[in-house]
Amino acid sequence: MRLIEIFEESISVLKTNGMRTALSALGIIIGIGSVITLMTLGQASQQSVKNRIQSLGSNLLIVRPGAQRSGFLRGSASGNTTLKYSDAKAIEASQRINTIQKVAAEYSSRTQLVYGRNNTNIQVSGVTGEYFDSRNITLTVGSPITEQQNQNMEKVVVLGPTVVEDLFGTNVNPIGKSIRINGTSFTVVGVTKSKGSSGVGNSDDIAYVPLQTAQKVLFGVDYISTIYVTAKNDDLMEAAQNQLGFLLLELHNKATPSDADFTVSSQADILETATEVTSTFTTLLTGIAAISLIVGGIGIMNIMLVTVTERTMEIGLRMSLGAKSRTIITQFLTEAVVLTITGGMLGVLIGVGASTIITKAMSLPTAISYQSIVLSVVVSCLIGIIFGWYPAYKASKLQPIEALRYE
Amino acid sequence: MIEVKKLSKTYSNGGVETQALVDVSFKVEKGEFVAIIGPSGSGKSTLMHILGALDKPTSGEYILNGKNVENMKKDELAEIRNKEIGFVFQSYNLLPRMSSLKNVMLPMAYGGIPKKERIKKAEKMLKVVGLEDKLRSVPNQLSGGQKQRVAIARALTMEPAIILADEPTGNLPTNQSNEIISLFEELNKNGHTVIIITHNDDIAKKARRVLTLVDGRIVSDQKNI
Repeated sequence: MRLIEIFEESISVLKTNGMRTALSALGIIIGIGSVITLMTLGQASQQSVKNRIQSLGSNLLIVRPGAQRSGFLRGSASGNTTLKYSDAKAIEASQRINTIQKVAAEYSSRTQLVYGRNNTNIQVSGVTGEYFDSRNITLTVGSPITEQQNQNMEKVVVLGPTVVEDLFGTNVNPIGKSIRINGTSFTVVGVTKSKGSSGVGNSDDIAYVPLQTAQKVLFGVDYISTIYVTAKNDDLMEAAQNQLGFLLLELHNKATPSDADFTVSSQADILETATEVTSTFTTLLTGIAAISLIVGGIGIMNIMLVTVTERTMEIGLRMSLGAKSRTIITQFLTEAVVLTITGGMLGVLIGVGASTIITKAMSLPTAISYQSIVLSVVVSCLIGIIFGWYPAYKASKLQPIEALRYE
Repeated sequence: MIEVKKLSKTYSNGGVETQALVDVSFKVEKGEFVAIIGPSGSGKSTLMHILGALDKPTSGEYILNGKNVENMKKDELAEIRNKEIGFVFQSYNLLPRMSSLKNVMLPMAYGGIPKKERIKKAEKMLKVVGLEDKLRSVPNQLSGGQKQRVAIARALTMEPAIILADEPTGNLPTNQSNEIISLFEELNKNGHTVIIITHNDDIAKKARRVLTLVDGRIVSDQKNI
């Protein structure tokens, strides 16, 4: 008997028991549907975190003071005073480093901003001329802090949109207005465009002043908190990271990387930390959905065992007409696989539908992974084979005469 | 054609042994029409099942067309059931969801015959048994006699040399029963070897040879003239 005929017959049998077929396939439908939905949602939220972080600049390297450790998260970076403005200048001037484009230095601390009766306590960053470019910060009005202003220690400030709102209220052009930072008067020269909160600090609630102004006028420090370096392109990130590291080791008179009093990290490192959480969560949820798939499989096995018992007479008859054990196994296995694949495909439809609706509703990027669809169909086929095998084997082992006598 | 030597079958049920067949030996030649009669529990059906390769004897030999059947593997037995023997059951044993045509086609599907040929052959066989107008009917739409004729068509379709019938008229009223018997007579005239189990003396009289079984033993082997 050819496989195609066995297949046709399976369909006709499954149709005869329509209600039962539908109910037993339901487990697989729900299982596959939820696996696809959860996988898609997980990937969508991961993608969304990634997009936000990359909008901060994907070829950006960040040098911070403090011991070299794995990852980005460290204990107390603020207590470290090892990074100097001269380091940033040395990096920029170095002939040996050929993989980088821009170098920007930053010193930031929290302080009080006052305009009239309004005041706000926010982060104030002293920055060099390349800062805005290298961090992809754009302005809605005015102009950014220039290197000239840094050199001259001018008292100018660029404000984040939230600060503007807090100090001036809405619909007010703050350009040219004078505010007091830490008691000193500054002129507002620009307002940054809103970036939204990225999970690594709110870049809207911040004020930028020239670096040297911040160091000498506002805070009286001789160190900086961060050096931002942009690599020439994304592929040179690692090379740039190494070159930077060795140059700084030399500048700081350290012999080996383990003595380093600074960290060089990339966006990739931050990304890793940020996506680790979501991916763990996704894996967990998908795992639970996968368990429901196994339960669905057991349901299939159960119904196939009932079918085999019900059709004992038929099996006996088929054997008495010349069906071999192999043919009987194939017949029942095909029935189980047709059942699970049909369920699997319906599950894919439901999963794709549900994840499209949910991602739209949560305005996440909809990225249905085709691998997960192919995987689901393969998995449902496997479930059919695994859970259908025992009932089919049981059927094939019946003795023809005993099966015929069965009532 | 068929030869059995010292065939015995013992069932053990919960430690109690029942002897269904005891040292049964006989021969059936090609073209014979044999009736096996005997009271209930005499071992007729057990004998028929062994002859039909549906069951194995406890001891003894069964030679079918020169081949020893009693030691064959499962798949070889399936082959024998498919090609060498046509079996007709008392309760017809048709698959209820399939039409007469499909029921008749079933053994050919297992015999590896191409589908087109199967349909042609099945139509021909249903014509032989006089059911050419019931090709698409499912068993529920047929009378007992018609069902049994479908079953006979099914038994004939692989052109086996031997037709075994286990009380084929047991569930039928007299008029339908007579039709079935004349069908067997005709098959025998056309050269088929027919072995039939029956309770019915009238049928036994139509056979050319009658084996009588009592308590698992052959007590008489008569030729009807």
